[in-house]
Amino acid sequence: MPFSIGVLHKMSNSFRSKLAGLAAMALGVSAPLAHAGWGDLNMTQGVTELSREIYGLHMIIFWWCVAIGVAVFGVMIYSLINFRKSKGAVPDTTMLHSTKAEIIWTVIPVFILVLMAIPATRTLIKIEDTRNTELTIKVTGYQWKWQYEYIDDGYGFGFFSSLDRKSDAARQLQSGIDPASVENYLLDVDKPLVVPENTKVRLLLTAQDVIHAWWVPAFGLKKDAIPGFVNELWFKVEAGKTGTYRGQCVELCGRDHGFMPVVVNVVSKDAFKTWVADQKALAAPPPAENAAPASEPTAPEANAPAQAAAPIAAPVATPVAMARR
Amino acid sequence: MAYTTSPAAHDTHDHHDHKPTGIKRWLFATNHKDIGTMYLVFACIMFFGGGIMALVIRLELFQPGLQFVDPGFYNSMTTMHALLMIFGAVMPAWTGFANWMVPMQVGAPDMALPRLNNLSFWILPFAFTLLLLTLFVPGGAPAGGWTLYPPLSLQAGDSFPLTIFAIHLMGASSILGAINVIVTIMNMRAPGVGLLNMPLFCWTWLITAYLLIAVMPVLAGAVTMLLTDHFFGTSFFSAAGGGDPVMFQHIFWFFGHPEVYILILPAFGIVSEIIPTFSRKPLFGYESMVYATASIAFLSFIVWAHHMFTVGMPLAGQLFFMLSTMLIAIPTGVKVFNWCATMWKGSISFETPMLFALSFLFLFTLGGFSGLMLAIVPADFQYHDTYFVVAHFHYVLVPGAIFAIMAGVYYWIPKWTGRMYDERLGKWHFWLSTIGVNVLFFPQHFLGLAGMPRRIPDYSTQFTDWNMVSSVGAFMFGFSQLLFVYVIVKCVTSGEKAAERPWGKAAHGLEWELPTPAPYHSWETPPSLQVITRGAEHSGTFGHS
Repeated sequence: MPFSIGVLHKMSNSFRSKLAGLAAMALGVSAPLAHAGWGDLNMTQGVTELSREIYGLHMIIFWWCVAIGVAVFGVMIYSLINFRKSKGAVPDTTMLHSTKAEIIWTVIPVFILVLMAIPATRTLIKIEDTRNTELTIKVTGYQWKWQYEYIDDGYGFGFFSSLDRKSDAARQLQSGIDPASVENYLLDVDKPLVVPENTKVRLLLTAQDVIHAWWVPAFGLKKDAIPGFVNELWFKVEAGKTGTYRGQCVELCGRDHGFMPVVVNVVSKDAFKTWVADQKALAAPPPAENAAPASEPTAPEANAPAQAAAPIAAPVATPVAMARR
Repeated sequence: MAYTTSPAAHDTHDHHDHKPTGIKRWLFATNHKDIGTMYLVFACIMFFGGGIMALVIRLELFQPGLQFVDPGFYNSMTTMHALLMIFGAVMPAWTGFANWMVPMQVGAPDMALPRLNNLSFWILPFAFTLLLLTLFVPGGAPAGGWTLYPPLSLQAGDSFPLTIFAIHLMGASSILGAINVIVTIMNMRAPGVGLLNMPLFCWTWLITAYLLIAVMPVLAGAVTMLLTDHFFGTSFFSAAGGGDPVMFQHIFWFFGHPEVYILILPAFGIVSEIIPTFSRKPLFGYESMVYATASIAFLSFIVWAHHMFTVGMPLAGQLFFMLSTMLIAIPTGVKVFNWCATMWKGSISFETPMLFALSFLFLFTLGGFSGLMLAIVPADFQYHDTYFVVAHFHYVLVPGAIFAIMAGVYYWIPKWTGRMYDERLGKWHFWLSTIGVNVLFFPQHFLGLAGMPRRIPDYSTQFTDWNMVSSVGAFMFGFSQLLFVYVIVKCVTSGEKAAERPWGKAAHGLEWELPTPAPYHSWETPPSLQVITRGAEHSGTFGHS
């Protein structure tokens, strides 16, 4: 059984500093704890119109819950303080039922729910509107990597994207490498997806083996990638929000489910054109090189950045064909 | 063990119990109390088994990097933890309570079908032996999540048929138990005990039993289709053969959503018994509690797809399941408001059962809030499959179902054993559990919102701090439960003798009209109308409606 204990010595410095942080917190010390703990308490607002709307919805419902909570917990706490036997409270045993109260506390929640449902429905309709997309990318989940194929006319290239080597070395059982020493531990890939800013990008999601799910929190949405079926998802990163955005597979997909990150580079439209030209040049190498096993997808080394993007024969090559090549 | 006369038990002949002794008493048990005890002990063992697995999970997640377990074994731990806790701990605990309390509360001598009762319990040890054996077969225990989604679940090794068969057995056991509860409540009520003056615990269990009978066969069908997909070349769930992996999710959650109410409705019942007792006031809105429970049960059949908003459903489907899910907040709200109104103008004291019931009330409501947030589809696209969901369902299941179980044990154990538990230790157990459970699960809301997916053995370093806090809480909560066992053992073996009515006159229900400890065959002669009226006062229906 792959269960082993006895690595306490490896919980070296980072562990001790974390423990100190915990102790500090337990003592009520208000000094900021470590680096991230307090900063990441809430959902990200993200970089798309939809993600901001979703964040807004999330906050509306959150504040409704807080308001209801204050009222309900308020009544409970009031009762617990004022109607205590130890204070000599005498029970009012005639209080059995009140139709008026029942109606009030049924109707008010209905109103609140309607108020919540209206903006939620509005946003949902927007999310499902996949018309007028400007760039389509086919995303295929594999155990345990992603494949991206630019299938629009004039593109015709694709590549695999798997966990980068530094993270992969550090994440091995008892690797002896401190994850804190690896930049973007578990959230970095050998070759990220590249998309232009201010462009409505449509993803067509499917999977080769089991169900996966593609998610970048900053884009606001996640969707399952299901073998044999194609799902749609769109996002449009706001102008000026270029940068690298990270996420992970979010549907349990087997042993290395935790190790297939999603990384998207959002670049300017010009930079995207240059990048596409480069990819197409890489995708059309001399025939001899094309036959070389360098593009074998299962070996992580073969996916190093230097390796060419594999050309694809037809825009919608079947996943099986892709895997064989 | 002839019981002594009490004012409540009218005519006392010299009863002989005729029970076999030693191991035979338990193997061939047909007595509702013996079987109830076995269910509760079994549930406790499974609770610790599942708890150890949870601690393996939290140990690995204490800091980033993989220190202790292989990712495959980690996935087995999450899968087995869920199966053990749901089917091994919470469901058998409820059946144990039903066995003990339903005959006592409806004025019956025993369950209606005692031999069936024996069978439904003794299936369980075999089912869980099969399930636990999978830890030692080639390929390891099932690791595809307790939801068994294909195609992933079909990749399991030798554990696969064992798991399926174990689930079939658990389902059979649950259905038999449910049949017994329904038949007992429908046919064994003493003359004068009407449906609408049964204690609410009987009502919630009656509705739970119907849910069980409705959905356990659905689960059995789903896993059987998995079995034939794996071994007999069918392709129900394989797109390559014309099937659909998403269909499994629809079928599974058609079982799965009523299942979550199977886990929580009896908890509503227990809390509805305890809060009136320690508020010294009848339950407020008894009838609306019954209708709310029935509404929740009905709605539970039409909300299943909210577990799978990300599979790519049509807009109309998403809207339907969002709105129907939001509707559940209404009957659930009615229940919470009724409990609040029961405490209002009461005379409240804080014995251990009440403390656990109050903790249930606060923390289950909190879990309800996050449930409402999860119902909002666009927001769910962010929450889905993150630790936010983990926090949500653990809030409704641990301080929800588990705390209600503990509250029920503390509440009724004086009646069961004739001995009182140690109140001071009970309070210690309560505070350690309540603090532990919040340290354990509250930070998981933050982790989920910050973007940490569930079911991962290792995480990016920005999630470190809250995972550490959560793991500390897990060990605190886990080890506090040893105190629970100690309190129970101490109570059973050397507890002080309990008073005839341990919670005073405010505790209503026919069980309190029996002598303490309750006689082996609860009501050999039906209670008189006078006793029934006194016992049913809590419902507020006598002389009122």
